[in-house]
Amino acid sequence: MRRYLLNRLAQNILIFFAFLTLVYVLVDAQPGSYADQYLSDPRLTPAQREILKKNLGLDRPVLERYFLWLRNAFRGDFGISFSNYPRQVLDVIAERAPRTIILFLTATILSYYIGFLTGKILAWKRGGWGEYAATIGGVGLYTVFLPWFALMMVWFWAYTLKVFPIGKFLDPVLWRQSPVDANYVFTRMLITAFLSALILFIVFILARRLNPAQRTPVRLVTLAVVLIGIFAYWSSTGVGRYAADILHHLVLPIFTLATVNFAGTMLLTRNSMLETLREDYIMAAKAKGLPDQIVRDKHASRNALLPVVTSFVLAVAFILDGGVITETTFSWPGMGLTLLSAALVQDIPMVVGALVFTGIMALSAHLIADLLYAFLDPRIRYA
Amino acid sequence: MAELTQSTPPAKSVLEIPLWQVRLRLLWRSLKTNLALFAENPIGLVGVAIIAFFFMFTIIHPILMNTVWDKNTYDPVVGYDAEIPFHPAPPSAKHILGTDPLGRDVLSQLMWSTRSEFILGLVAALVSVVIATTIGAITAYYGGFIDNFFMRLADIVIMLPYISILIVMSALFDLTLPVLALILGILGGFGGTTIIIKSQALTIKVRTYIEAARVAGGGDFHIILRHIIPNLMPLSFLYMMFAVNGAIASEAVLSFFGLLNIRMSWGLMIYTSSYSGYLLDFQKWWLIFPASLSISMLCAAFYLVGRAMDEIINPRLRKR
Repeated sequence: MRRYLLNRLAQNILIFFAFLTLVYVLVDAQPGSYADQYLSDPRLTPAQREILKKNLGLDRPVLERYFLWLRNAFRGDFGISFSNYPRQVLDVIAERAPRTIILFLTATILSYYIGFLTGKILAWKRGGWGEYAATIGGVGLYTVFLPWFALMMVWFWAYTLKVFPIGKFLDPVLWRQSPVDANYVFTRMLITAFLSALILFIVFILARRLNPAQRTPVRLVTLAVVLIGIFAYWSSTGVGRYAADILHHLVLPIFTLATVNFAGTMLLTRNSMLETLREDYIMAAKAKGLPDQIVRDKHASRNALLPVVTSFVLAVAFILDGGVITETTFSWPGMGLTLLSAALVQDIPMVVGALVFTGIMALSAHLIADLLYAFLDPRIRYA
Repeated sequence: MAELTQSTPPAKSVLEIPLWQVRLRLLWRSLKTNLALFAENPIGLVGVAIIAFFFMFTIIHPILMNTVWDKNTYDPVVGYDAEIPFHPAPPSAKHILGTDPLGRDVLSQLMWSTRSEFILGLVAALVSVVIATTIGAITAYYGGFIDNFFMRLADIVIMLPYISILIVMSALFDLTLPVLALILGILGGFGGTTIIIKSQALTIKVRTYIEAARVAGGGDFHIILRHIIPNLMPLSFLYMMFAVNGAIASEAVLSFFGLLNIRMSWGLMIYTSSYSGYLLDFQKWWLIFPASLSISMLCAAFYLVGRAMDEIINPRLRKR
């Protein structure tokens, strides 16, 4: 297993290098150089243009610029963003990245979990109108024009029912008198979420060793304790109101992204499950009289999980793109919206920074999928 | 030798039928069985019907423009209806789907854009499938360094979020429809499709007829071109469907963001409405719904046809 993981890690590092090279080629392949766009601007004299070129390093040879770019990229130095003028690109990324990461993570986990559950059940109860409805609905969600779907969600939930806010990250009227800024609250929210998820995960794993009668009560008690703990912590800090506001704004984008992505997982799980159900060991399990639910959940679905994990590797790019669209439609100030608005005003340093960040995110997701795969597939785990 | 050929009387037999006729007949027979299999699946037929419906638009629009519709009023890009005081106007007998905020007929725009969507989808799909099939066949046949190189390249391309990359490209270059089609085709061709087609080519490579061809003295090039690629064709055709779907969706998203340099498209129609401030005004449904629904439906149609073909072509799923 270690050899497999080291191999994948080395491969990912190589891919990251290739990705950085690709970004460099992309930027360098634009017609002319950055300074040339001021050619027709009378306010910028040729001498000033030369200075601009020199300061941006555009007068140096290509190879030198390439190594300069690699060095700066590894240091996290992407220059200064034009549209957020005196701020460093890295500073802007550090501010907005957590918002995208939380959107991506929750939507992905939610969509895979629900997609796997529904796909499993669909395959088990094969035939009838339910299958057609699920296939048509799944394909519809999978191929729907995402901006339009997001708009429909906004229109229905926020505009007609007024359950959720229309967009944005927070409600400015509420935050006018807040003692702290949004990122202060958001960082603490992230830490809380991470810690409670960790505690729950460890307890749930440990509870597997208990006997089945004790398992559920232990898990429920832990869940209740963690929830009470979160509630107690946030009401003691005095900014719980603001955290709730951010949470309120977070629901609709996550729900939209998860709904769109869950369809693909559902269809795939169904196919993979149908193949697994044809195997002999399923018949053997049924023949020895095991209850249907155990055959489905223990014998079939665990084996059907592997292709789904593999598909995650292919889906990462899809989900990231979906994130860009969702963020734009909901005016969610994460990296996707930053990338788009920077591209619209030709803020090249910011665009490049956002793209590199997206690449890093995709690569990390790949690495996690590899880890998961190694853990789930005994052929790799015991190799 | 010359004497022998002259003295042999021409034997009237099955072998006398020219080879191309035999091939055509075989092709026809396999097409007939496959069509029958395809027709069994209602999902695939729904997809075909939707595609045919949109394809009809591309034929009808020029006819309408030349006969019934006045060019100044109904032009999808520069038309303007001066008889209606306020635009966007709701649907009426004159404008079946109303007019957009700039006074242009929505139905005309919708029909006109269909052609460019089809062209974009087909070009992107062709480019991607030609690249994927060639590389898949070559890498599977030779293996070794070429195989390693292209598979690692595919690993990188799979990882790339297309839309993000294209947003970046739109900031650096002038993206027009043919350029976009090429970029999408190249990205698709070097990515996941190559891996799938290569794995299929690997199973073809070890078949006995490949060995027979080699024993008969066929060169590498001949074997790849005549024996491996024709057997990959069905799978390539299948992935063309998925490529069309991806290309249309990407174009729609990019023109919805207003990043492309094109005259008119479904995405651009939504962009125009959103730019004029009608994005959430669902009372004026004809601004957003026709274009969005068309994009979703055409994508879904190609995807459905792909899925239905998958059940015929993919040996794992085929019913026998």
